[in-house]
Amino acid sequence: MSIHNHPKKAKEFVSNDERMHWHDKALWFVREKRDKASKSIPEWEKLREYAQQIKTHTMANLDKYLLEFEENATKRGIKVHFAKDAKEHNEIVYNILKEHQVKKVVKSKSMLTEECHLNPFLEKKGIEVVDTDLGERIVQFRKEPPSHIVLPAIHLKKEDVAKTFHKELGTDENNSDPTYLTRAAREHLRGKFLEADAGITGVNFAIANTGGVVVCTNEGNADMGSSLPKLHIACMGIEKIIPRLQDLSIFTRLLARSATGQPITTYTSHYHGAIENGEMHIVIVDNNRANFLSSNKYKKALNCIRCGACMNTCPVYRRSGGHSYDYVIPGPIGSSLATFRDPKLHKTLSFACSLCGSCSNVCPVKIDLDSQLYNHRQDLYEKNIISTKKRVVMKLSVWVLNSPILFSILGKITRKIVPLIPKKIIYNRFNIWGKQRDIPNMPTKSFKELYKEGSIDVK
Amino acid sequence: MSSKEKILKEIRKNNLAKDMGLPAYINFGIKFENPYKTFCEMIQSVGGDAICIKEESLYDTIKKLYPNENNIASNLEELKEKFLDTNLENDPHNLNTVDLAIVKGEFAVAENGAVWVSNKSNRHRALYFIAQNIILVVKKEDIVNNMHEAYEKIDFDDLTYGVFVSGPSKTADIEQSLVIGAHGPKSGYVIFLE
Amino acid sequence: MKIGLFIPCFMNELYPKSCIATLKLLKSLNLDVEYPEEQTCCGQPMANAGCAKDIKTLAYKFVSTFSKYDYIVAPSGSCVTMVKEHYKDFFHEDDEEYNKTKTSIYEICEFLHDIMKITKLDVKFPYKVGLHNSCHGHRALKLGTASELNIPYNNKLRNLLNLVEGIEIVDLKREDECCGFGGTFCVTQEDVSVAMGKDRINDHLDSYAQFITGADMSCLMHLEGIINRDKSPLKVVHITEILAGEVQ
Repeated sequence: MSIHNHPKKAKEFVSNDERMHWHDKALWFVREKRDKASKSIPEWEKLREYAQQIKTHTMANLDKYLLEFEENATKRGIKVHFAKDAKEHNEIVYNILKEHQVKKVVKSKSMLTEECHLNPFLEKKGIEVVDTDLGERIVQFRKEPPSHIVLPAIHLKKEDVAKTFHKELGTDENNSDPTYLTRAAREHLRGKFLEADAGITGVNFAIANTGGVVVCTNEGNADMGSSLPKLHIACMGIEKIIPRLQDLSIFTRLLARSATGQPITTYTSHYHGAIENGEMHIVIVDNNRANFLSSNKYKKALNCIRCGACMNTCPVYRRSGGHSYDYVIPGPIGSSLATFRDPKLHKTLSFACSLCGSCSNVCPVKIDLDSQLYNHRQDLYEKNIISTKKRVVMKLSVWVLNSPILFSILGKITRKIVPLIPKKIIYNRFNIWGKQRDIPNMPTKSFKELYKEGSIDVK
Repeated sequence: MSSKEKILKEIRKNNLAKDMGLPAYINFGIKFENPYKTFCEMIQSVGGDAICIKEESLYDTIKKLYPNENNIASNLEELKEKFLDTNLENDPHNLNTVDLAIVKGEFAVAENGAVWVSNKSNRHRALYFIAQNIILVVKKEDIVNNMHEAYEKIDFDDLTYGVFVSGPSKTADIEQSLVIGAHGPKSGYVIFLE
Repeated sequence: MKIGLFIPCFMNELYPKSCIATLKLLKSLNLDVEYPEEQTCCGQPMANAGCAKDIKTLAYKFVSTFSKYDYIVAPSGSCVTMVKEHYKDFFHEDDEEYNKTKTSIYEICEFLHDIMKITKLDVKFPYKVGLHNSCHGHRALKLGTASELNIPYNNKLRNLLNLVEGIEIVDLKREDECCGFGGTFCVTQEDVSVAMGKDRINDHLDSYAQFITGADMSCLMHLEGIINRDKSPLKVVHITEILAGEVQ
């Protein structure tokens, strides 16, 4: 696989100025809704602190809580499976489906199944998989990955959707009214729900002391998919565990407010068993998650509850779009997860960040995202993944800066020479700063020179 | 070694986390002067609506709210005679024709306009989602302030499913435009009984 | 009380006026200020580029130059953040010199506001000014309340500017959005960086600001570069120049 290049893809996104600003504004609007919702709760910061403590505690006792969860779920008749990696996850899911002679599956949003590429795996085996979240269905029709974890089709305009639905569902090509399009999807998907043999859902929270899982949606698609077919498979990463049922009071208060500014998702469903005469399975996946626990610098990334707030607030994400990250989870949290998993492949992601720190402040579980991205940069250097050119430039700079005299001389020369050089030469193609920005005016003397001369009048 | 054992081993090997202890559970949630009023404001903000009526006028109110819906189902004891009893149905797929579901809500939460619905008295959980419209009936005294109080009232000892429902189903996946009625009910009322 | 003046390397070379304003502000309070001439750079640009390992020598140099002062004051939130937050990897946690440096270093506005607690400035600036809250100062040093948080609002830069006669601080649509400078980010992600800068400038233009000010010259340099290229009707000035009454 060729190394992903965020700056290149970001450049493409930015080059369509109108669309880029539309994308930026759409997400900023979500961020503003989040601000309003979080500020309506006086104890907001305390909730974040609690959430962080609960998650950190859980990760430190993950083995214990996983066992407790398995035991309680099993007591309820739920079948629990463990998968070491994506491949095993897909095989487990396929085997359950095969055993029940499933041909048609409806699936609600699950970033884990995206990560494991479950859809193409099942499709190859001849099983139809329909994503039922409206945004996911749109991108599935278009054969694109989601560009946001909560708003999968946020990169698309309604006209794009109208075109897609015209092609796939036969709607009026020129009608891009969101209500009209949503109604068409409702009709189409209701058919899919009614004929499905199985429903697959993700998991927002898995409760150790009850053995049940919680799924949050606004559309009701997870519930339709898991309440009509006899078979329900819920797929989750090992980090979804929370210790107690009552911990949900903290997380349900934070999740939707952080994600979309809603006080709670329309449906917060607590599954503790199958429907009448049905079967419920839970597949618990590691797929390199446990590795994070070995790192004090990055283990907090496992605390993520996938609200997407860090994406909505990220000034880079808003202007470069989710696809520029080339990873299942984009934005600040995705950059950290991706870099930890495969630093070489994702070496540009920790630099797709101005270190503004807004992400760490919106994060409902207080993940130190900007510090993680700063640390990733240092680790890339350590692992020799940073370009030699950059290393040499940086080493040279430090060498100069170690000598006050040399630095002063170089500064002086620059200040003297730059004003004499013709503009055409200064703004050459290697001067990236100067492509769209003027360079600063050069003063005749530095502060140090003026200070030494004693010519600063401080009266 | 099974995958389960491998995962647990990996976790134990990698985990150098210093345990920070599980915070003790205390209710520090916001409380409201008039939880009913807050609930009404919240549910309106999420596309639903709430009204408060005398218990005896429940049937008339429903008829007034939904005069044109024919296929009405309910799991409420007091309405069982008047409407379709979905608990008699064997296959939840057949509930696809239900125009309006009237179901019992255990309690309401003021801070977010949610109602706790559990299936103790309801055979098919699909009813909450497959019906074209939904009315949740809750006793007016059963409104809690916040989610902390809500979870104090919930347990899963003899329950396989429960859901907080806050307004009708909705989506904003097309250009962030809010559309009420995604896959579930297109309208949602909460009726409080005095 | 002896104060060590720390002037960021690029400000020393390119923005002597803001450095002079900083010195004047301190001197006007009758403080004993010294500018140690052996200083160069805190190493932040290299560290943000992933090469923190290489700047160890600069960190040692910084601490040995400045640890003797009661207070270290600098006109840059991001350089102060570098010393406070990122030097800790180079020193033992019990290192007395570093711990002293870390706790005695202040951004100039923070110093005037929290330590000197100034309540009066005898200067005028009768213009509409947009305050750009640079991220490191704003979020890491907490010079102002970040818009993301639900805590009581305060903004030290705004409080100081409010002491200036005739100033009108305009309301921006996005109070503390990043300008897109971000150290080497401004060249490695040039397209996004400039897009962010332009949006920041337009927010100021939409609010009818005549000046953009802030406490981090690096952000201002980036914005000034775009403004000059686009010939926007906006001027850029470092906050110290307004506070010292030094804007010509």
